[in-house]
Amino acid sequence: MTNITVGTKLPELTLPPISRFTLALYAGASGDHNPIHIDSDFAKKAGMPDVFAHGMLSMAYLGRLLTNWQPQSQLRKFSNKFAAITQLKDVITCSGEVVELITHNDEQCARVAIQACKQDGTQSLIGEAIVAL
Amino acid sequence: MLDKTKIGHQFDSFKVDVEKGRLKFFAKSIGETNPIYIDEEAAIAAGYKALPAPPTFPFSLDMEGPELLPVIGLLNLDIGRVLHGTQEFNYFGQIHAGDTITVSSKLKNIFDKKGGALEFVVMENSYTNQDGELMAQASVTLVYRNV
Repeated sequence: MTNITVGTKLPELTLPPISRFTLALYAGASGDHNPIHIDSDFAKKAGMPDVFAHGMLSMAYLGRLLTNWQPQSQLRKFSNKFAAITQLKDVITCSGEVVELITHNDEQCARVAIQACKQDGTQSLIGEAIVAL
Repeated sequence: MLDKTKIGHQFDSFKVDVEKGRLKFFAKSIGETNPIYIDEEAAIAAGYKALPAPPTFPFSLDMEGPELLPVIGLLNLDIGRVLHGTQEFNYFGQIHAGDTITVSSKLKNIFDKKGGALEFVVMENSYTNQDGELMAQASVTLVYRNV
């Protein structure tokens, strides 16, 4: 993996539009049954326009971006801020770029800036990963 | 305002069996196409001892306790006003199907911004396997909307 350097871009990952089906499936599989993501009546009562995506669903997409690029066994740290709510029908694209080569716990690692963006360019998740080289 | 005297509260830890079917369902729900997360033979061929849990799966272990997000009850939160602010994982090993993971959780901090319009609840969670090895730690910030 000597070809990984500052500026190396991760292969992008674009997901199908977020649907109610996506959210129902993720609620069941993830165990996150918060009704704000699956019950429109509940979401509207809470002042939201409708149900919206679990932040952790988008983070799981970012995880796929990372493990498509390097094996999961090399992932040391994975963090993000949930910057904007992902609404129904939004199309998420995940991207990332190596921004620094660092030593992390005595290991040579890449620090990778990652993000999830909506179709209009809004960043919904802004994060970082440390990946061993 | 949220009760800051609860800072430092240690929640009861609990054990979760990581089931193969659950991991396959999770992989399906996130549209995973990499065979190592879906097909046990592919996982073993790739050097895993069983199906691996994807990077964000520890958050799903949090959901398997006696109640969904016990901090909701501890702080009397209205779940409709809770948003996820940040999430961080540090990994020390790999969680696989067949493992039994003990989840421990602590209320690390409570602070507010915008004159109390937004309050932040920071949790620290750890995931230890059946051999007593720490596999991962997570830091979670929940945002509570008071407006």
